[in-house]
Amino acid sequence: MSRNESRIAIVGGGLAGLAAAMRIAEAGKQVDLFSLVPVRRSHSVCAQGGINAANEVARQQGYSEWLHMDETLYGGDFLAHQPPVCEMTAWAPKVIDLMDRMGVPFNRTPEGHRDLRLFGGSLYKRTHFAGASTGQQLLYALDEQVRRHASEGRVNHYEHWEFLWPVIDDDGVCRGLVAQDLRTMQIRAFRADAVVMATGGCGTIFGKSTNSTICNGAAAARAYQAGVWLGNPEFIQVHPTAIPGQDKFRLMSESARGEGGRVWVPRKEGDTRDPRNIPEDERWYFLEEKYPAYGNLVPRDIATREIFWVCQQGKGIGGERMVYLDITHLPDATKKKLYAILEIYEKFTGDDPRETPMKIFPAVHYTMGGLYTRYEPRDDNQGMVQNAPGNMMTNVPGLYAFGEVNYQYHGATRLGANALLNCIFDGIFCGPSVVSYVDNLERGAADQPQSLFDDTVKQEEVKVKELFDAQGDENPYLLHKEVGDWMTDYGTVIREENDLKKTIDRLQEWKQRFKRVKLVDTGDWSNTNMTYARALGDMIRYAEAILLGALERRESRGSHYRLDYPERDDDKFLKTTIARYNAAEDSTELEYEEIRMGLVEPRQRTYGKVEAADSKDDAQERSGAEAAKT
Amino acid sequence: MTADNASQRTVRINIKRQASPDASPRWEAFDVPCSPGDGTNITSVLEYIAAHPRTVDGVDTTPVTYDAACLEEVCGSCTMVINGHVRQGCSQLVDRLLEEAPEITIEPMSKFPVVRDLAVNRERLFKDFQRIQGWVPIDGSYALGPGPKESPENQDVRYRLSRCMACGCCLEACPQYTFDNDFVGAAVISQVRYFNRHETGSRLEDERLEEMMKPGGVNHCGQAQNCVKVCPKEIPLTESIAEVGRATTRNAFRRIFIK
Repeated sequence: MSRNESRIAIVGGGLAGLAAAMRIAEAGKQVDLFSLVPVRRSHSVCAQGGINAANEVARQQGYSEWLHMDETLYGGDFLAHQPPVCEMTAWAPKVIDLMDRMGVPFNRTPEGHRDLRLFGGSLYKRTHFAGASTGQQLLYALDEQVRRHASEGRVNHYEHWEFLWPVIDDDGVCRGLVAQDLRTMQIRAFRADAVVMATGGCGTIFGKSTNSTICNGAAAARAYQAGVWLGNPEFIQVHPTAIPGQDKFRLMSESARGEGGRVWVPRKEGDTRDPRNIPEDERWYFLEEKYPAYGNLVPRDIATREIFWVCQQGKGIGGERMVYLDITHLPDATKKKLYAILEIYEKFTGDDPRETPMKIFPAVHYTMGGLYTRYEPRDDNQGMVQNAPGNMMTNVPGLYAFGEVNYQYHGATRLGANALLNCIFDGIFCGPSVVSYVDNLERGAADQPQSLFDDTVKQEEVKVKELFDAQGDENPYLLHKEVGDWMTDYGTVIREENDLKKTIDRLQEWKQRFKRVKLVDTGDWSNTNMTYARALGDMIRYAEAILLGALERRESRGSHYRLDYPERDDDKFLKTTIARYNAAEDSTELEYEEIRMGLVEPRQRTYGKVEAADSKDDAQERSGAEAAKT
Repeated sequence: MTADNASQRTVRINIKRQASPDASPRWEAFDVPCSPGDGTNITSVLEYIAAHPRTVDGVDTTPVTYDAACLEEVCGSCTMVINGHVRQGCSQLVDRLLEEAPEITIEPMSKFPVVRDLAVNRERLFKDFQRIQGWVPIDGSYALGPGPKESPENQDVRYRLSRCMACGCCLEACPQYTFDNDFVGAAVISQVRYFNRHETGSRLEDERLEEMMKPGGVNHCGQAQNCVKVCPKEIPLTESIAEVGRATTRNAFRRIFIK
């Protein structure tokens, strides 16, 4: 089809959506960009710590793109396809350079180079950062570039619009989408030759999490119900250090530990003394004791479980579900570097973390799983074929998934500071793949009959009407709270057969109860009561895929820990979980798919834990740790 | 906001509501249970009201519409006027607000058109970012090596400016920023400084300063200095206004002499 007629719709204006918009607009295509909020307010702003890439200093100490890939695969417990990870880590230095050129205020060394910090899962300084709001800074830079394209007429912003459903033709090809203006409540179809889903994670399925209110997974859940598969939905990362709050858990960035923060509890159970009065030898630095090589910088799932267990044993602060994260001993210069995250703690708790240790507990943080995508591997597996139309396309032709909603790259858990990289990389590298796809389309969205679009609009209008008409006895806010409580209790840090089965049974009730939801607002102007309730129905479907995936994966791997199957089982489960929605039955069906390896052989993921210190790997890691410290 | 706490109290929340841009505003009052020290903030109060939409008079009403996203005071969404002061709902703890007054009042910002209830339309601000060409004019997104080196001192200045989350507090507090003019306000002037302070960003310095000399530009500032007092990110806005003001003067002189 003609190159300048094509339109591409991007759903989501976070890092992934904006990077894609920039790249696709630059290629001369027309972009329609949809976002629930003004794109500058997307959840990417919450990322504090940084963005990983091999760099010259680390390189001269023995680091490389290859090692970055190895860390990512090892961190993810080998559940990630290897060629895309290889490509992403190879591109990481270019991504940093590009963001640098856009004016991102990366922290600087005295000479003016980009400064680096140490982050979990690595023994080398390979994390670039801009204060303690790296995500915000990266997002703004991309927003600015996209607005530049908008000023030249290549990008249309549809802010305060909600994605409702993809438009899929009889051949199963995506031809556009249906969305709703959240102010006028108008529902309309948009023709698009390709649609990129860049809709982020689904943290609020768990009620309170570190995610923004908009990260409810509803967009992904709708694509899923429309026929897009989910990959590894059971893999949900719990961040070890979050500040418990009434409306959410606020993240305490890993950089607090990266800069020397120490996690501890009083050795004496139920010790109620002011932490400042507890002498050094009466403090239990349990991470440092159990993991001498990585100490407080073990990967997130390990830190989370250790903190969780310590509290389960009644050793939490005052017997409660909290431990100390202590930065009081750090030099003033370091505290200044951490200013922004310390400020958050002080603002939301009233305590000054420079003076008194912070109280933290693990919280749901990141969605490794998501929409299932494919890619075009290079023959040697060392990356993806550049510009190939198939890169990060879902099983529905013309429908792509970028960023957190894409299930690729992180496997069974994500390393700190790899998320920002993943999002920007998808946009930069796979944006041109979308362009190739539309350039090779014989017939585009403009050639499709109007009825195709009208029917999808109708379907969505009917759903809204049914919600208004239900007038039952279920309060959507309280039903959501119940869903969140159950999902958190039985579907996060520690999972177990009976709990999961019980929750899946309960979920069948939620589906029925959702049909009896009562809307107190049936107006047609900026009706958040309706949009909130509608999303809940979709979240319940996504939750089912999470639970079923967790139930059927009878092993422990990365963020997925089964009390009844504590070991990793590569023979049975070194596989991708694929979840398909059965619309006729309103149910989830699972199957498993081989993972493309070819670069790194899976090895045990111990991070040099002392009890497991016999293996050669661990000895190497510890000597590596010594080397990196010097 | 658990119900079983012995020290539980209810807090009176008065909210100014408006059904649509053209509707007339009205007040509704709610009693919200919470305990001292439990970390209840204004956004969790609004969440409670959404789940229990009944006024103190026992009248059933609708959940309050408001913008919110991160709840960490980074996205700028939930900006509103609380007890007469403009700020983010997420970072306002009820305990502290009760130190100011026995009841809490919440209103939408007054310098932007109300969409509904506490949600306002801040599009003007985003258009003004575009007006000053708020971006670094790079040669496209292909890999072309790193950006310019930068001193830590300049990075520190730029970083503080770049924490602006486009919340609009400075505009709400500014007597010069009104519905009937096109003053860009402190946030946008500060962004001029931000981009002009970057080596590549400064390629558009003249264009930005030109824009600043037009009506609605930096000369419109009446130096009330309210902006810097209300900025939740402590951005040195008056410094920015002074620096951009000086630069426009310099630019004007230069133009006279070149011509």
